[in-house]
Amino acid sequence: MVKTGLGGAVGLPETCLAKGRALSGRPMASTRPRPLSPHLTVWRWGPHMAVSILHRATGIALSFAGLGILAWWLFAIASGPDAYASFTKAATHPLGLVVLVGITWSFFQHLLSGIRHLVMDTGAAFELGINKTFAILTIIGSVLLTAAVWFYFMGVAK
Amino acid sequence: MSVGESSTPLGKVRGLGSAQHGGEHWLTERVTSIALLLLGTWLLASLLLLPKLDYRTLVEWLHAPSGAIPMTLFVIIGFKHALDGVKVTIDDYVHEEGPRFAWNTLLLFLAVGGGAIALYAIARIAFGAVA
Repeated sequence: MVKTGLGGAVGLPETCLAKGRALSGRPMASTRPRPLSPHLTVWRWGPHMAVSILHRATGIALSFAGLGILAWWLFAIASGPDAYASFTKAATHPLGLVVLVGITWSFFQHLLSGIRHLVMDTGAAFELGINKTFAILTIIGSVLLTAAVWFYFMGVAK
Repeated sequence: MSVGESSTPLGKVRGLGSAQHGGEHWLTERVTSIALLLLGTWLLASLLLLPKLDYRTLVEWLHAPSGAIPMTLFVIIGFKHALDGVKVTIDDYVHEEGPRFAWNTLLLFLAVGGGAIALYAIARIAFGAVA
């Protein structure tokens, strides 16, 4: 049932609500769009959704790029100084650095949103406010930690 | 296989889900994630605390048990966790049984193959085959 304030006009479709707004001269509280349940095409982006999809995306990035580079790195060390030199040449190339910074950020984002998932697995942090704050904190945390690690690496200039 | 009235809650959940492994796969993912929380922190701290990241330092680091053993654990548990995680993505998006089996098999081979390469490399360094 929809209250329009137009005297007994109950259950009118949305177009009539728009007319109600025009008639009144200023938006009436009752003409605001009614809240809708999330459904297949009825939803709005929020931090919780972004973090949820980021968890999967960073997990896939870590699985293929992260573990792939880890295996390559270990195999290069095991193959001798020359093989390791070609690894470091690729790794310190600007493009290689972009990939490594991306993996570092993926690592922290997946780690922090993973902790969030473990907390939620216990049934905690489902309240809207806490859930949203927690989601935002994982993004802020992953960016800050990535920056800290790379400033440290660059500062030490190994 | 029928799941009758007499089965326990655990018995009912076993064998269910798109992966046909019910709750075990889910639980394994959580347990490996906790292990990786510790091992990932160790790996990152090691990389930050090593005096240099040159060839000699890294060989010495992975030759010592204090480097080789956690790195072995990180590789085994990391590849297992990656396998479990990517499998969920495949099970979510590949709906037909044939292609799903094919993708999951390819994923399994990649994970086991990649893990074997990494473990071989660690063993080589740990057992002193690298000077």
